[in-house]
Amino acid sequence: MQRTTLDLWVGLFVMAGVAALVILALKVGNMGSFSAPESYTVYAEFDNIGGLKARAPVKSAGVVVGRVTGIEFDTQSYKARVRMELEKRYPFSKDTAASVLTSGLLGEQYVGLETGADSAMLKDQDKLTLTQSAVVLEKLIGQFLYSKAAEGGGKNEAAPK
Amino acid sequence: MSSEYLVEIRDLTYAYGERPVLQNIEMAIPRGKVVAIMGISGSGKTTILRLIGGVLRAQRGEVLFDGVRVDPHDRARLYRLRRRMGMLFQFGALFTDLSVFDNVAFQIREHSELPESMVRDLVLMKLHAVGLRAAQAAMPGELSGGMARRVALARAIALDPTLIMYDEPFTGLDPIALGVIANLVRTLNDALGATSIVVTHDVEEALEVVDYVYYLSEGRIVAQGTPEEMRANVDPLVRQFVYGQADGPVSQQYPSRPIAEELGV
Amino acid sequence: MMFGRDALSVRGLGANSIDALWRLGYATRFFGLTLSHSGTCGRRPRLVVREVYYTGVLSLVIILVSGLFVGMVLGFQGYQTLTTYGSESALGVLVALSLVRELGPVVSALLFASRAGSAITAEIGLMKATEQLAAMEMMAVDPIARVIAPRYWAGVISMPLLAAMFSAMGVFGGYLVGVVLIGVDEGTFWSQMQAAVDVREDVFNGVIKSVVFGIAISWIAVFEGYDAPPTAEGVSGATTRTVVTSSLVVLGLDFIMTAFMFRGM
Repeated sequence: MQRTTLDLWVGLFVMAGVAALVILALKVGNMGSFSAPESYTVYAEFDNIGGLKARAPVKSAGVVVGRVTGIEFDTQSYKARVRMELEKRYPFSKDTAASVLTSGLLGEQYVGLETGADSAMLKDQDKLTLTQSAVVLEKLIGQFLYSKAAEGGGKNEAAPK
Repeated sequence: MSSEYLVEIRDLTYAYGERPVLQNIEMAIPRGKVVAIMGISGSGKTTILRLIGGVLRAQRGEVLFDGVRVDPHDRARLYRLRRRMGMLFQFGALFTDLSVFDNVAFQIREHSELPESMVRDLVLMKLHAVGLRAAQAAMPGELSGGMARRVALARAIALDPTLIMYDEPFTGLDPIALGVIANLVRTLNDALGATSIVVTHDVEEALEVVDYVYYLSEGRIVAQGTPEEMRANVDPLVRQFVYGQADGPVSQQYPSRPIAEELGV
Repeated sequence: MMFGRDALSVRGLGANSIDALWRLGYATRFFGLTLSHSGTCGRRPRLVVREVYYTGVLSLVIILVSGLFVGMVLGFQGYQTLTTYGSESALGVLVALSLVRELGPVVSALLFASRAGSAITAEIGLMKATEQLAAMEMMAVDPIARVIAPRYWAGVISMPLLAAMFSAMGVFGGYLVGVVLIGVDEGTFWSQMQAAVDVREDVFNGVIKSVVFGIAISWIAVFEGYDAPPTAEGVSGATTRTVVTSSLVVLGLDFIMTAFMFRGM
C-alpha cells in the first residue's frame, strides 16, 4: 500500500513546518520577551524622555542589561516615570545614574545606566534618583541659536566701549 | 420476527416545500420478496427510498422497518437501522478516491473491528458474488457503467443487509449489463435471504424478476399487483406505461398554454 | 423578469442581503456541526493525516517557491529604498518583519485558499453531486465526521506550518539577494534582524494570524463544497466562491488582527 509513503510525506511536512517555526524563533527573532531571565524591577523619573518607548533596551557600557517595560506620566511630580526590568545577573549600585540616550544621530532611544560608587546594591522596586533627560534636538538647536545671539549681542554691546 | 412484512408504510405524505411529492402512500413489503416501485420520472419513486432510509422526514405518516419506526431525529437508532439496509444508487456512487476493494471494504472497516485478513475474505466473497473478483485493484474511474454498478452492488451487500434498495439500477446500461444486474437482483435476494425494493421505470426487466409491483403516478399509488396482474391491467394509465405508448392519459407535454396561443397565430 | 430596472436592483439588493444572512447562519450551524462531529478525527488520526497530505504536502512547492521569490523581491526593493536613507544595514529587519508579521501569513493564506481550499470544495462538491455523501449516509457512516471534519482539521493544521515555511523561505530569499548578491554585511543583516524581531510580538502573532486564516479558509472550503448545488456549474461556482470569499475574508481578518496586535507599537 502507498499509505506508508503518504505518512512519510506528512511526517516530513510537519517536521519542516516545525523547523521553520524554530528557525523563525531562533535565527530570525530574539527570545527577548519569552525566555526572560530572572529580573528585578527598578523605576526612574525623567523630566523628559524624548522618544523613548516601551520595550526599548536598557544598556550599560553598550551591553543590553534589561528592557523598559512601562512608561507613565506621574501627576504628582509631573515627570515621566519609567519602569525597567534588569536582569538579575547584572547588579547595580544604589547611586546608579540613568539617562535617555540615542543610538546614532537619528536612531532608536534607549536608557543608559552608569554605575556609581555606593556599596549598597539596587533592590527590586527601587527608584533611581540620578537621572538625565533625553536630549531634545529642537531645544538644543534653540539653545545654540540663543547662545549665538547672546554672543553676538555681547560683542555689539562691547564695541562702543 | 413478529410481522410478515419487513417494511410497512402507513399513510405517508411528503411535500417538498409547497409541492406535494407523495400522498397517502400505503405499502407493505413482505419478507424475502423482490418488490418493484414503478412510475414515470418525477412520480416520487426515489423519494420513497429516501424516506425508508430516513434521509428525508415525512410530514405525515410513518415508515416501519422490521417493526421499528424510522425517525430521522433519533440518529443513533437510525444508524443502527441503516446498518441492516443496503442501497444501490442510480450511478453506483462509488467512492472515487478508493479502489474497488476498498469501496467494498469501506462499510466493513467502518462498522467492525475485524482483522484485515477477514475483511479481505469478506470483500472477495462479495466481489465474487457479482463476478468482479478480478477487478479488485481497479479504481472506479476505470470501470464501465455496468461494472461500476455491480461493484456498488457488492458494496451494498457488504454487511449482509436485511433490506436491499435499488435506485434505478437499470438506467444507462447496455442490454447485456442490464440483464446481468436484473439477474443479480433476484439471485442475491434469494441467496442472502434478504428483501429487495427496486425503484425503476424499465418495465420489461423489472417485470421479469420481481414478485410484486406498486405503480406510482403523481405521488399516489394507482395500481399494484403481481407482474401478471400488471400486464393484464386495463387501467389506461398503467397500460400506457407497461407497453410504452406515447399516447395516453399521460401527455409528454409539460402543462402549458396551447401552442397556437404561444406562437400568436 | 417583468420588473423595471430600478425595482430589480432594489429588490435584488434586499434579496441578496437576506440570502447572505441566511447562508451565514447556515454556515455557522455547519461549523458547529463540524466541530461537534470531530470526535472521529481524534479516534482515527489517520483520516486527518491523509488529508494533511493532500492539503499541506501538495501545497508545499507553490508555498516554498513563492516564499523564496517574495523574499528576494523584498531584498531588492528594500535595498533600493533603504540606501536612499543610508540605512541598508536595516535590510534584514525590513525583510524579516514584513514576512513574519504580514506577508508570510497573508500571502501563504491566499495561495493556500486557491491551491488547497478550491480542491477541498471541488472534491466535496463532486462527492455530493455523485451521491457519494448520500451513499455514505445510507451506510450509516456520518459524512460530516468521515469526510468534512478531517479535511477541516487538516487545513487548520497545515496553514500555520505552511506560513512558517513561507516566512523562513522568504528570509532566506532576502538573505540571498541582500547579502550574497548585493553584499550587505552578513553579520549586520542577521544581528539587526534578531535585535528587532521579537518572538512573542512578531513571530507568535504571525502564527496566530495563520491559525485564524487556516480556520477561516478551511471552514469556507468545506462549507462551499457541502452546500454546492449538485451540478457541474454548481460545483465550479462553489469553487470560485471559495477562492474569492476566502481571499476577502483573509484580508479583512488581517486588517482586524493587525489593528489589535500592533496598535501599541
